Amino acid sequence: MCTYITERITVEGTGKGATGWFPVTNASVYFDHPVSAPFDHALTIDVANPAQGPAARVAVELDSASARALANAILKTLDAVPAELL
Amino acid sequence: MYDALLAETTTISGAEGDSIEAYLARTMTAGPVGGVVVIHHLPGYDAATKGIVRRFADAGYNAIMPNLFHREAPGAAPDDAYATVRAQGGVPDDRVVADVAAARDYLRSLTNSNGKVGVIGFCSGGRQTYLVACSIEIDAAVDCYGGFVLNSPPAGSGLNMTPVIELTPNLSCPLLGLFGEEDKAPSPEETAKIAAELDKHGKHYEFHTYPDAGHGFFATDRPMYRPAAATEGWATLLEFYGRHLSGKES
Repeated sequence: MCTYITERITVEGTGKGATGWFPVTNASVYFDHPVSAPFDHALTIDVANPAQGPAARVAVELDSASARALANAILKTLDAVPAELL
Repeated sequence: MYDALLAETTTISGAEGDSIEAYLARTMTAGPVGGVVVIHHLPGYDAATKGIVRRFADAGYNAIMPNLFHREAPGAAPDDAYATVRAQGGVPDDRVVADVAAARDYLRSLTNSNGKVGVIGFCSGGRQTYLVACSIEIDAAVDCYGGFVLNSPPAGSGLNMTPVIELTPNLSCPLLGLFGEEDKAPSPEETAKIAAELDKHGKHYEFHTYPDAGHGFFATDRPMYRPAAATEGWATLLEFYGRHLSGKES
């Protein structure tokens, strides 16, 4: 099935795409049929700058365990950072 | 048998006169032949779906696939266009209907057309096929595992997609539904309810639900591909189109 489950947020930072680094403004997180990963369903993260066009995008498609591991790694990293740096 | 075909990207005048990209595959036979509008899935106007368009031309039809994401992402790679459209919540239903109507008219204008045109869609395109067949005049429709015809997408999915079952009284043509027994959207329970609604309104339809197949069983480039279901499905849909899209213009 297609889940259509999608979370959309705004972000600030940069990403590296096919033509180099660019500012990123938006992110989508969804769990659905992937374009490339060899799974029926995958957790996809698109970090993008729509103002620079559809190709201004950094994408990953992960299986659910990898996605959770990545999310936990991000949170663990942030939790370890001294508060004054955040 | 003469089996030449020509496949190319073209431009059609879609909803509100917008010029949009479309992939056209034409049989080179003199005709008269029927036409098929292919509605691509949510992952977009991609290489695999272009292959489906060519398969219809190989089977003796003129076929066209409008790029429903052309306005949001002109010239973009299909996966980037998909990401862009998904982030925007999808494309408007009324625009899809008008784009498909324009594609239908384009096929009818071809010199070897018999005037008959069917529509087929996969996944989200299956729901859009149901929508189109209930919204414009068309000669035959094939819904391949279209989700959310009956039920709404999950709350907060972020996609602007609503059920279209209430349009059933307006269905303008015979409908073929091809589904996987293991699919959850649409599940066999959902397709049974859709069938009941079609029965209630006296509509001409046939549904086939294949065992050992789930969503996307026609997708040769994806792990959900199921050769047995896909082979039988292709035979069934070509036979269906053969019945409803052949002959001369009436």
